[in-house]
Amino acid sequence: MSARRIEGAGLVDRAVELRFTFDGKPYKGYEGDTVASALLAAGVRILGRSFKYHRPRSVWGAWSDDPNAIVDIALNGTRFPNCQATTTYLSDGMEVRSVNAWPNANRDVKSVLNLASRFLPAGFYYKMFMWPDWHLFEPTIRKMAGIGTLGADVIEGYDATILHETCDLLVVGAGATGLAAARAAAEAGQAVLLVDDHSSVGGRLLSSLDPIDGQSPADWIDEHLRAIQSAGGRVLTRTTAIGVYDHHAVSLVEDRGLGTAPIVRRLRPSRMILATGAIDRPVTFVNNDRPGIMSLDGAAELLGRYRVLVGQEIAVLSNRPDCQQVVADLQAAGAKVQVLDPNQATAKAIGTRHVKALKSGGRVVPCDTVLASAGLTPAIHLWRHAGGKLDWDEARQAFLPGWGPDWVSVVGAANGVYDLELSLMTARAAGLGECIADRGTYTLPPLWPSVSAKGRQWLDFQHDVTVKDIVLAKQENMVSVEHLKRYTTLGMAGDQGKTSNMPALATMAELQGKPIPEVGTTTFRPPYTPIPLESYTSAHKGRAVAPLKRLALEGEHRKLNAAMGEYGGWLRPAWYGASNEEEEAVARECNTARNAAAIMDGSALGAIEVIGPDARAFVNFVYYNTMSTLKPGKIRYGFMLTEAGRVFDDGVMACIDDTRFVISCSSAHADAVMAHLENWRQDSFDPSRVHIHDATQNWSTVTIAGPKALEIVKDLGVLAEADFDDFPHMSLKHGSFNGVLARIARVSFTGDTSYEISVRNDHVEALWQAALEIGHPLGAGPVGTEALVVLRAEKGYILIGKDTDGETMPHDLGFTVPRIKKKAAFVGDRSLHTETANRVDRKNFVGLEVEDGGGLLPIGAHIVGSENGEPLSLGYVTSSHMSPTLGRPIALALLSNGANELGQIVTTWHMGEERKARVASPCALDLDGERIHA
Amino acid sequence: MQRFPCPFCGPRDEREFHFAGEADKDRPDTTQDISDEAWADYLFNCKNSCGPTREIWVHFPCQEYFIMERDTVTMSVAGTTSVRKDLT
Ligand SMILES: [Zn+2]
Repeated sequence: MSARRIEGAGLVDRAVELRFTFDGKPYKGYEGDTVASALLAAGVRILGRSFKYHRPRSVWGAWSDDPNAIVDIALNGTRFPNCQATTTYLSDGMEVRSVNAWPNANRDVKSVLNLASRFLPAGFYYKMFMWPDWHLFEPTIRKMAGIGTLGADVIEGYDATILHETCDLLVVGAGATGLAAARAAAEAGQAVLLVDDHSSVGGRLLSSLDPIDGQSPADWIDEHLRAIQSAGGRVLTRTTAIGVYDHHAVSLVEDRGLGTAPIVRRLRPSRMILATGAIDRPVTFVNNDRPGIMSLDGAAELLGRYRVLVGQEIAVLSNRPDCQQVVADLQAAGAKVQVLDPNQATAKAIGTRHVKALKSGGRVVPCDTVLASAGLTPAIHLWRHAGGKLDWDEARQAFLPGWGPDWVSVVGAANGVYDLELSLMTARAAGLGECIADRGTYTLPPLWPSVSAKGRQWLDFQHDVTVKDIVLAKQENMVSVEHLKRYTTLGMAGDQGKTSNMPALATMAELQGKPIPEVGTTTFRPPYTPIPLESYTSAHKGRAVAPLKRLALEGEHRKLNAAMGEYGGWLRPAWYGASNEEEEAVARECNTARNAAAIMDGSALGAIEVIGPDARAFVNFVYYNTMSTLKPGKIRYGFMLTEAGRVFDDGVMACIDDTRFVISCSSAHADAVMAHLENWRQDSFDPSRVHIHDATQNWSTVTIAGPKALEIVKDLGVLAEADFDDFPHMSLKHGSFNGVLARIARVSFTGDTSYEISVRNDHVEALWQAALEIGHPLGAGPVGTEALVVLRAEKGYILIGKDTDGETMPHDLGFTVPRIKKKAAFVGDRSLHTETANRVDRKNFVGLEVEDGGGLLPIGAHIVGSENGEPLSLGYVTSSHMSPTLGRPIALALLSNGANELGQIVTTWHMGEERKARVASPCALDLDGERIHA
Repeated sequence: MQRFPCPFCGPRDEREFHFAGEADKDRPDTTQDISDEAWADYLFNCKNSCGPTREIWVHFPCQEYFIMERDTVTMSVAGTTSVRKDLT
């Protein structure tokens, strides 16, 4: 016989029928059912298969302590893999499938693995990964391993709502104890928040008909709930406190049903009371994993809440002095119940697909269900998250809260208090901030796994960890609990070790001849129960966290049919033309730039102003290059270094006057440069005498570069004709455009004569249009970011982070003078004179010319040499482009001692392909720099 | 998630802060000779104390660096002080 639904109130609403399928067959349940209770009520016994041996599995517990029943559920067209059947509330239309079973849980062809179990001992995977070659076994193992199947479905808008809450007292667990504590506190005027992970409050009172304080459990619960709420307390159900973090932080996750993202509440209560109860512990005996063997409290919960009687002929195997109450309730519901001596050394379950009898103490007891409980394990997870310690209690055979943080109290069964009256008294005191240390008396005769029994005894049901695996782990010296857990996969079932950890600990203690507390426990980590990963992110991700930076000229670029792309957080024109015409567009734009003039949007370049009487000293300190001598109106190129001497950023800096400088930095790097400068400003300077300000977004810049640039800029009228008489490369002048201030800088990123014209954002559109209009008859036109990268590479101008790595120092890039000559202190100075900095085999920045007549060298290709006959990487290709101007491929690289290898032929290697290249100057075009002054 | 008191903005969530180094570690005068060992001490070696520490942190929204005294075992924060001479 199997389980069935019986008469009686319970918490299910029989007026609301819910239809669902399991492995394709139709079933029905009621509103208030979990997937597990509905399936059990319908007579389904086998809900899944175990992970390693594919043994049939039913439920063991009735809630989050169930390690067995994991199912895939499809609802409204979306699949949800690996749902715990015992904690997932049933919805109409669910299509439930068993996992790890083929073709279904009832008939599983892979269960032949069960017979081959001696080939799958603890550590099997680790050993196979190592020997003889993981790839030999990988396809088979991959097919066998893993539970459930990940769906590719993405639910639009499935983002947790994150709320920030506040309260004086958080009470976790709304059983009798939690209700009593919350009521006492609320009536004393505290702002109370009471949470429970079930859909109804009441906890174990809902599994019992025994009067409490002279009332029926239902009336008592109702009265307390109303008292709490009328005193201003708040109650949240289906809400799990998943973790306690530093500085009183607690996360609550509210389950809103499958397919609806949870609500996450974060709060820092002044006080917290844990009334989280205790979890039933399995009895470890031979074949104790058979369907039909389950926890005593689980059976009580199924009966009380869902009116599901788990069996008709029930054998109870328990050392718990309080098991008689459950026995009486089961008998009242119509079951035949026998209580057996829980001597697990001789106990053995009979029956393959379902338990048929229990062999115990020499006799065979026919039964369809075995309720096995080896005692209670207090749920102290949150106490451990909060930093509380545990003490071993010999009388209760359990770890109980010991020393801990003063803002957290643990009451009721979670504190080892199993007497209801005492629980209520201590809970009410705790609600008022008082502490009663009395736990009452309770003695649990020890009932732990025996390593001498013949046959397999399960500890972790889902992952098939048996007592023998612990023996093997011990033999192989995996004695630390943390090693044991990882080696055997113990505690990785859906219940996260809630049922398996204690019996395994006790087994290891017996094997080592140590008392249990000396073996220790594993670390308790959040979340307490599995939650959707989206609970952690909410909408706080992607663009909502890092919005795109937009150019004032974006509309103009789009008018010109620009292909827009993200570059360092900015949305910039990649090239002008269709998105699939990159190659032609880049070549065309390079030709425009070299033959006439490129008209470019330079607004994304960082512009950081340094202002104040100490500004000059400050910039000299933060730059590798000597900046103290820079005269007003002049511009200098330089590097910023980290204190370890590594190149951090490069760019030009302009001197406006003696107290005002403008640093221009890589567009992707502006925020990091700001933070870097701010650090040194506050560390080494008087912040009241030097100020820095990121003005990037205050200006927009149109850059005009190429042989026709001067002609176009003169025509724009931003400067008087006479200004051009004395306007050399690397200088700055102020002019005007449309009557507003314009800053005109002669700096170049292309190697051609170049003018950067910066104006207020609201005037840049007119400036851009004017430049295009004047430039057009001369052959000039808009040029995007991709072409600019090629133009830079032709000149050997580095891109920090692309042509440099975390080791690069300025002298590796050919900038050697300040290292030797600069007298003043600067960031990173001393690091440029260490043994590492002086090595001759440092990777230097070089150019590579293709020598084998082939195409582009692959970026990332290693330059290979050899040492004692072994191949050796000497460096790698950092940039590689086809140069339309030169009509050949160009490449840049970092090469060991490259500065002294000019003219040498080297071999590059990438994905098995060898190429030949000649080491050259990074500058492939106009080595003498004549174009820049043209 | 820890909560730190910025000396300028008050208590804020940990994610707004960034660790910047051990406190009381002055930059050596690099215009003078400094041994490799002394430089390495300044640059890389830290006490990494188990227990009470003094550290430099930065609060990103206001960009101010400050000293925080806290305990790396209990995670309790004893207090924060500005490093700004004009504010202390
Ligand atoms: Zn602040």
